[in-house]
Amino acid sequence: MSWRSLPRWIFYTLLLIVFVGPFWAFAVTAFSGVTLQPGRLLLWPEALTLENFHYAWVKSQVWRYLLNSLIVVTIGTVLQVSVSALAAYALARKRFRGAAAVSLLILSTMMLPEEVIAIPLYIVLGDLPLLNISLLNTHAGMILPVVGWAFSIFMLTEFMKKVPPELEEAARVDGANEWQIFWVVILPLVKPALGSVAVFGFIMIWDQYLLPLIVANRDDLYTLPVALATVRADETMPPAVFVAITLIAMAPSILIYLAMQKAFNRGLLMGAVKG
Amino acid sequence: MTARPRKLWWRAYLVPGVFLAPALLAFTWFKFIPMARGLEMSFHQVNFGAPSPWVGLDNFRRVFADEALGQAALNTLFYVGGTVTSSALLALLLALVLQGTTRHLRFIRTAIFLPAVTSAAVLAEIWRILYAPTPDGAINTLFGWLGIGAQTFLNDPDSALRWLMVMHVWKHVPYDTVIFIAGLATINTELYDASDVDGANVWQRFRFVTVPGLAHAITIVMTLGLIRGFRVFAEIHATTGGGPAGATEVVMTHIYKLGFVEFDYGYAAAASVVLFAFTATTTVLYLHWRKRAET
Repeated sequence: MSWRSLPRWIFYTLLLIVFVGPFWAFAVTAFSGVTLQPGRLLLWPEALTLENFHYAWVKSQVWRYLLNSLIVVTIGTVLQVSVSALAAYALARKRFRGAAAVSLLILSTMMLPEEVIAIPLYIVLGDLPLLNISLLNTHAGMILPVVGWAFSIFMLTEFMKKVPPELEEAARVDGANEWQIFWVVILPLVKPALGSVAVFGFIMIWDQYLLPLIVANRDDLYTLPVALATVRADETMPPAVFVAITLIAMAPSILIYLAMQKAFNRGLLMGAVKG
Repeated sequence: MTARPRKLWWRAYLVPGVFLAPALLAFTWFKFIPMARGLEMSFHQVNFGAPSPWVGLDNFRRVFADEALGQAALNTLFYVGGTVTSSALLALLLALVLQGTTRHLRFIRTAIFLPAVTSAAVLAEIWRILYAPTPDGAINTLFGWLGIGAQTFLNDPDSALRWLMVMHVWKHVPYDTVIFIAGLATINTELYDASDVDGANVWQRFRFVTVPGLAHAITIVMTLGLIRGFRVFAEIHATTGGGPAGATEVVMTHIYKLGFVEFDYGYAAAASVVLFAFTATTTVLYLHWRKRAET
């Protein structure tokens, strides 16, 4: 490190203050046991305690919202990845007339912001065509609409296309059926890609706001991000408790990102290059 | 000879059909049917438990005559224009500084990515607290140290929208930065050497080597920015809800109120159709224009 690189290090420090500072202040405040005015945050911990989390858990019933969120994000991610892998197998490894049309149809939904179909989606969820059941006020109503995601289908399709056909043929000669080829030959080879789409799917589902907002009319069904506004309205709650609740709400997506960074970056680069 | 081709015709679709079925079902139910229903609703006055009469283009006429929606559209355009350009410029600067593979650069890139993986609703709560309008609020304290006067942030009708734009840029700059870094990695280093031989200065190198080399990355960043700007909802709904006095009302928050507060579904659907048509047209025109610029 020389004096010449000093401006560079000042710039790095500024970046960290701007982009990470708020997270730091939230974490420090959430674990501190001092009474704060609303809107005040600490930069250094004082009187370390778990009291704020205890209050959040017991009195604000955050566990209930967190449970809803975890149910939605876990089942949602698993279904999304499974459905995408199945579809990608057909699009990448099978030749059939109309394949291009199906790809285009799925791809077209990437241009469609979910927000613009919120109103009709609400009507459809209230009376699902064919089954004539209502998914409003159910977890299924918050999960099923995110299961079909063009991004993960295309990501997996690209990876599955790269598997050499010889491997598949060899398995076929050995008498493997279609499911075995998918499950035993193809899937293990695209495991890294499965990881990437799983992280992206998790973060995308955790980010859902409008969907749970319109599906859940009862507050005991709210996911944590949607419940934040309701929880905040409780004026008897100390401000530091709400900071702790916000920290709980941001933790899952950040932890998944940090834990699966390699998979995440692979997906990001793929998305960035492909557009 | 007559039976065999038919059997083959079946077989060709059996396997892909079965594998694609769950995805197609999900897309049909939750994307295509809502799209079709939305279009249909936009031509009706939608009533519940009563017939919904066909009203032709009435809903669309209302869309273009609605002053509140017009104001929301102007706010949205301002929001999109401001966030897309500032986010792209900042990201370009960050990419130039943060490209490279040393360990401390990778650490900084990971650290500054945290806002990008924070959900919009949480982002809103973080910034509501940072923007506390009291003089001892988080950012006001920082402003105090820098000698800037205390702000009322989201309570100030004149600047609330701009503070929300800062929040939006904060979340999306890291993502755009990564796209630019990926773009920088594709630039042929020989071009830089050649420009050195030609005696180009730093600005000329940037202008005539880096920027053309980033053409594709610029297109991606701008397109993503346009799409996510026009659809913005969660971070505004969860902070100001469109207030104070409509100062931060954007098209989606307005549509949400039309639909879920006033239950004027047909009209809300028509406004959604117009928003989609506008976003799609802008994006397509932009991509068309860039296609020529890139080559």
